Amino acid sequence: MSEVLLRGGRVLDPASGVDGVRDVHVADGQIVAVGQDLPVGGDVEVVDCDGLWVAPGFVDVHTHLREPGFEDAEDITTGSMAGAAGGYTALCAMANTDPVCDSAAVAEMVWRRGREVALVDVFPVGSITKDMAGEELTEFGELNRSAAQVDFFSDDGKPVASSLVMRRALQYARAFDAVICNHSEDPDLTVDAQMNEGAVSSVLGLPGWPREAEEVMIARDLILAEGAGARLHVPHVTTKGGVELLRLAKSRGIRVTAEVTPHHLSITDDAVASYDPVLKVNPPVRLQEDVDALRAALADGTIDCVGTDHAPHPPELKDQEWEHAPCGMLGLETAIAVVLTDLVHPGLLDPLTAIARFTTGPASVRDVGAHGGPIAPGEAANLTVLDPARTWTVDGAALHSRARNSPFHGRELTGRPVHTLLRGRFTLRDGQVRASEEVPA
Amino acid sequence: MRHLISMEDLTRDEVVRILDVAEQLLPIALRERRSVPTLRGKAVCNLFLEDSTRTRLSFDLAAKRMSAEVLNFSAKGSSVSKGESFKDTALTLNAMGVDCVVVRSHSAGAPVQLASYLDVPILNAGDGWHQHPTQALLDVFTMRRHLGDLEGRTVVIVGDILHSRVARSEVQALKLLGAEVVLVAPPTLLPPAVEGWGVRIASDLDAVLPEVDVVYLLRVQRERMRGAFFPSSREYARIWGMDERRLGLVKPDALVMHPGPMNRGVEITADVADAHQQVITEQVTNGIAVRMACLYLLLAGEGPALAGDDTEEAA
Repeated sequence: MSEVLLRGGRVLDPASGVDGVRDVHVADGQIVAVGQDLPVGGDVEVVDCDGLWVAPGFVDVHTHLREPGFEDAEDITTGSMAGAAGGYTALCAMANTDPVCDSAAVAEMVWRRGREVALVDVFPVGSITKDMAGEELTEFGELNRSAAQVDFFSDDGKPVASSLVMRRALQYARAFDAVICNHSEDPDLTVDAQMNEGAVSSVLGLPGWPREAEEVMIARDLILAEGAGARLHVPHVTTKGGVELLRLAKSRGIRVTAEVTPHHLSITDDAVASYDPVLKVNPPVRLQEDVDALRAALADGTIDCVGTDHAPHPPELKDQEWEHAPCGMLGLETAIAVVLTDLVHPGLLDPLTAIARFTTGPASVRDVGAHGGPIAPGEAANLTVLDPARTWTVDGAALHSRARNSPFHGRELTGRPVHTLLRGRFTLRDGQVRASEEVPA
Repeated sequence: MRHLISMEDLTRDEVVRILDVAEQLLPIALRERRSVPTLRGKAVCNLFLEDSTRTRLSFDLAAKRMSAEVLNFSAKGSSVSKGESFKDTALTLNAMGVDCVVVRSHSAGAPVQLASYLDVPILNAGDGWHQHPTQALLDVFTMRRHLGDLEGRTVVIVGDILHSRVARSEVQALKLLGAEVVLVAPPTLLPPAVEGWGVRIASDLDAVLPEVDVVYLLRVQRERMRGAFFPSSREYARIWGMDERRLGLVKPDALVMHPGPMNRGVEITADVADAHQQVITEQVTNGIAVRMACLYLLLAGEGPALAGDDTEEAA
C-alpha cells in the first residue's frame, strides 16, 4: 500500500488535545508519524492540506442503513458512500431492519456487508427486545459474542414502554457492559402526534408531540439506570428540559451519554408551516429555546456527541400528506457542515470541541474499536480532512444516499469533508467517494 | 386571491369583498332559474378524500349554479392504500385540465401540498384540524346579515376548539372583521398556546353569555368522549351545553349558531336547537352563496359576478 503524507493541515485531535498545524504520515493503514515538516521519502504521496482541518474519522452512533429489508430507501453500500462523503469512518447501524437485528445472524450479516463495502466500518446495533416488540429481551449474549461484538442495544423509534422490561434490560446488559439506548417517548402522550406541540401545531392543526413525553421518559430511564448501575444512552435529545435532566444525572454520577442530531440543532417547528413531509421527524423539531439549550449542552459536554439519525425514505413515501408520511431525514452528508455553519462559524462552539463531538464523544458511547482518535503513531489511519471554508448548496438528489429526503435541500452551508481515509485508504478523495478495489478478508 | 386555503391568507378587504359578492349571488337561489353563466366552460373538481355529504353537496351546487362543469373525485383515506400517491392524484387532475380544485382531506395541510403540485386555484373545503375557511365565511356572512357590521361585536365559541378546523378559521375571520372572540371549553379541548390567538379564554359560560352577540356551538365528537377529554356527555351538557336556562342569559337578539351536524342533548338541547333552527338553516343556504362567491373570485377574478346573466336583474 502506498504511503501518504497529509501536509500542513490544522490537526484537530480531541483525544490528545492537539490543535495545531502538523503533517500526518500514513503507511500500511497506520499513522506512522505526526509532526512539523516531516521528511518526504521517495514513495510517499504528498497531499497538500494547507488551510484544511485534519481530524479523526467521524463516528455516528445513530444511522439507519436500512439493509436488510428496506433497500429501496438505502443499503449498506449507498449508506457507506454517504458516510464516507460526510467524513465518517464508523457507522452504527440501527436495529429496525427487516428482519430486526435481534439475532447474531442479522448482526453478523450487517457487520460483514460493511466490511465488504469497505468504505466505513459498520457496527450493528442490536434490538433491546425481540422483534422490537417491547416484551422479551433479545439475546444480548449471543449478539455480544458474535463476530459483530454488539455492545449497544436499542429498539430505535419504538420506546420500551414497560418500566419492568426497561429495568430488566438495564440490569441484564451489565453482564456484557453493554449500553441500552431507549427512544425517549412516552407513547401514551404521543398518540397520532405529528409535530412539536405548541403555538405552531396549534395553528397548523397538527396533533402535537409534547415535550413532556420526551422528558417523562428520560427521567424514568435515568432513574432506572441509576438503580441498575447500568449504562444508558439517550438518543436525539430535543428539549431544554431533557438537557436539564441530563445535566442533573451527570452531576449525580449516573452512567449516561447523550446525543443530539444536526437537525435538532438547527431547525425549529415554524418550518413545518410548509407541510413539507421532509421535515417530519421523530422526535420532532422544536422551539428556538430548545435549539439554544441543545447548542449550549453540546458545547459544555452535557451532550456527548452529534448523532445523525440518518433516516432515508424513498420519495413515494415522503410524497404523501403530512400525516401519512414516515418520520425521518437524511443526515450523514450534511452533519458536520450544519454544525460548522450554525455553531462553529458563529462562535458558539470551538473547532476542537466540535470535532470531539464527532469523534471522542461518540467513541465514548460504545466500543467502536480504533475509531475516534487519537491521531498518533501506531494508531489506525482513520482520518477525515475538512475544508472549513468551503461553501456549498445542498442538493438532496445529488447526495450519495439512495433517498433524497434532506431537510437542508437548497440551503447554503459552509464546511465540507474533502478526504476521508479508512485504515489509510482514501474512501473520499477530493470530494469523490472511491469504491473499494480490495477483496475483503 | 390565488388560492383559498387558510383564513390567514386573506385581508379584511378580501373578506368583505367575498361577503359582498355572496350578497349579490344569494338571490339566485330564490328565483326560478337558479344559475348564472359566469363560470361556463370552467371545470371544477371536487376532490373529497374524507367522508362529507353536506359540504360536498354545497360545493357541487355552488359550482353548478355558476354553470361550471363539476367533476367529483371521492376517495376515503390515503389514496396510497389504493396504489396511487397523493402527488399522482394531483398530477392526474392537472393533466385533465381542471380549472380549480376544491379539496377536503382528513390530513391537515393537504391543500397546501396540493397547491405546490398544481398550477390552478385550490379551495380548501376542510383539512384535518387545520382550516375550513368557507364555513367561517358563511358564518360571518350569516352574522353580518343579522347584526350588520361585526366591528366591536362579541362572539363566544363553545366546545371542542382543539380538534376543530372550523374554530381556527372562525377565530381568524371574526378577528379580521373586528369582532371580539371568547373561547369557552374544557381545558383539555383548548389548543396548546391558545393565548397567542388574540382571544379571551373563559371557563364560566354563564358569566360570558350576557355580553355576547353570538353563541357559536361546536360539535362534540363522540370519539373525544372515549379519549377521556371530559368525563361524560352528561357532565359536558351541564357545564358547557346550551340549554333553555342559559338561553335566558343571552341578549334577546343574540344568535345561536352551529356548523352542524348537531349532537342534540350534548352541546345543544333539542329545545334550543328547534328554537334557533331558522338561523342554522340559513347558514346552509348562505353557504352555497358564499361558495359561489369564492369560486367566482378564484376563477373569474375581476369581471362582474353576474356577467352574461340575461334572465333577471341582479338584486
